[in-house]
Amino acid sequence: MSLHVDIARPKGVTPRTAIPAAIVIAFIIVAIVVICAFFGGSIAPDSPFTQRLQVGDVPPSAEFLAGTDLLGRDVLSRVIHGAWTALVGPVVVAAGAFAIATVLGLLSGYLGGAVDSAIMRWVDFMLALPGPLVAIVVVGVVGGGYWTAVTVLIILFTAPDTRIVRSAVLEQRPRPYIDAARALGVSKARILFIHILPNVLPIILAYVVLDFAFALVNLAGLSFLGLGVEPGTPDWGRMLFENRTILFTNPVALLLPAAMVILTAVSMNLIGDWLFARFTRQ
Amino acid sequence: MMRSGVARLILMRLAIAVPLLLIISFGVFSLVHLAPGDPVRSLLGTRPSDPETLANLRARYHLDDPFIVQYGKWLGQVLRGDLGRSINGNRLVLSSIKERASVTVYLCLVSTVIVLVAGISLGMLAAFRRGGRLDRFVVMFGVFGISSPAFVTGIFLLYVFGVVLGWFPTFGAGRGFLDRFWHLTLPSLALALSIMAIVVKITRASMIEVMDRDYVAFARARGMSGMRITLAYILRNALIPVVTAGGLIVIGFLANAIYVEVTFALPGLGSLIVDAVQKRDIPLIQGTTLVFALFVVIINLVVDVIYTMIDPRIRFGRVAS
Repeated sequence: MSLHVDIARPKGVTPRTAIPAAIVIAFIIVAIVVICAFFGGSIAPDSPFTQRLQVGDVPPSAEFLAGTDLLGRDVLSRVIHGAWTALVGPVVVAAGAFAIATVLGLLSGYLGGAVDSAIMRWVDFMLALPGPLVAIVVVGVVGGGYWTAVTVLIILFTAPDTRIVRSAVLEQRPRPYIDAARALGVSKARILFIHILPNVLPIILAYVVLDFAFALVNLAGLSFLGLGVEPGTPDWGRMLFENRTILFTNPVALLLPAAMVILTAVSMNLIGDWLFARFTRQ
Repeated sequence: MMRSGVARLILMRLAIAVPLLLIISFGVFSLVHLAPGDPVRSLLGTRPSDPETLANLRARYHLDDPFIVQYGKWLGQVLRGDLGRSINGNRLVLSSIKERASVTVYLCLVSTVIVLVAGISLGMLAAFRRGGRLDRFVVMFGVFGISSPAFVTGIFLLYVFGVVLGWFPTFGAGRGFLDRFWHLTLPSLALALSIMAIVVKITRASMIEVMDRDYVAFARARGMSGMRITLAYILRNALIPVVTAGGLIVIGFLANAIYVEVTFALPGLGSLIVDAVQKRDIPLIQGTTLVFALFVVIINLVVDVIYTMIDPRIRFGRVAS
């Protein structure tokens, strides 16, 4: 025998666990990008490198769903393959920057004193720099393309990320569990990495997602200036650079990669904001 | 009291700005040595490498001196307004910059007006209609705005208004005031849209916060007019976070101006930098980067001063203590 209780839910109120429609769409878009990045070869209708110089740049047709670029390469296949550089670089930037920022932020927030002020002065200095300009100039002068760009962005992103981790740590510091751990004689390293870190990790995760979106936009920007990936690489930013001259003949060659940059970045921003709201509500 | 407070604050900010500029100038100078290969080769570019030219270059950039001495001599030249000559075209870097600056300044000024007027109004309206349709639209616009770099927005604007509708030219900066306005409408809009989202987001959030304060409820209870409460009580306090983000916004403007100028093929400082970087023209890169950094630092300084003017708590509180 079971007792069945029917609780009427007020109209218009969704249960706390429900995921908003916009977030579902965002996850689907990100999933599509991830699938294209890993299985682009089997999805794309054509190789992204096959040139058809006699065809040139033609608008979308049944043969080329998104038309071709100046060298007669299939735009749709290039966009699908472009998911790879749109995914890998930003993931490395976001993860790398937060790995460094987590260590610096934990030290700065928990130890305080001279360590804190040294780290914070460095953060202030980095934030006063015009970041995108630094990236353009350093990547341009040093050379090395995509991975130089990724390295420069990790360094630039570490500063604001350190500030985020530090403020999250400062919030944990006065809590009783820290006092308890200290009273028990737990080592500083253990308090930092075993006690504090798991409590600030959710916020860090939300910001990693937001960093991804920002890194994607920055890397695409550098490729758009001809400084990121190697010439010929299927990359959304690079396509915007290479196809600038065919805006009148095949606008899809510009609009499709442009839309992909925005859609992916918007999706990651929405997911990041959503995660942040969920984690901070607890 | 007030005047000395502001003066002291300006001095304090200068005390930070000067070392900052020195560090930046050191970084900019190091670019010669950061470039892969021999510095003389980087400075030579595509010119023929006869011994005389090489010797001239070594002398001009003091390449035979120790690194720090090289920097000191270079800085001395820069401070006297000598930014050297570009490798490509052998032109005075300073005159190239002077020639290109007007487009960038014009672009940034028009965009600033759009951002401040439209951004703050939209943020206010959204805050007043919190949860409504307009608010949701503004919030979504904010997410798209923050995610869309200026070069992507620019391409969409170019396509819709330049190609499909044909209302605006797709490249160039135009001659004369009206023609320039016509040419720079789309670029200014692209630049403004990329920055506006931040301003809208901050204005909305801080308006909502200030609207719930006791002093606003109290002003209402005293029967003050809605207009006066909105402008003198809510907006003035709500704008403080917007000004605080001023530095971020200024950097955003200048960085995005680079992308906008390239997208719309405008002859400004931003496209000059990109051109120099693509051709690895080290003296030109150094000159333009320095001028850009100087812009950023000076505008940040101005923003800080404005900040203290609208927020008396800073003027009398923190600075005085």
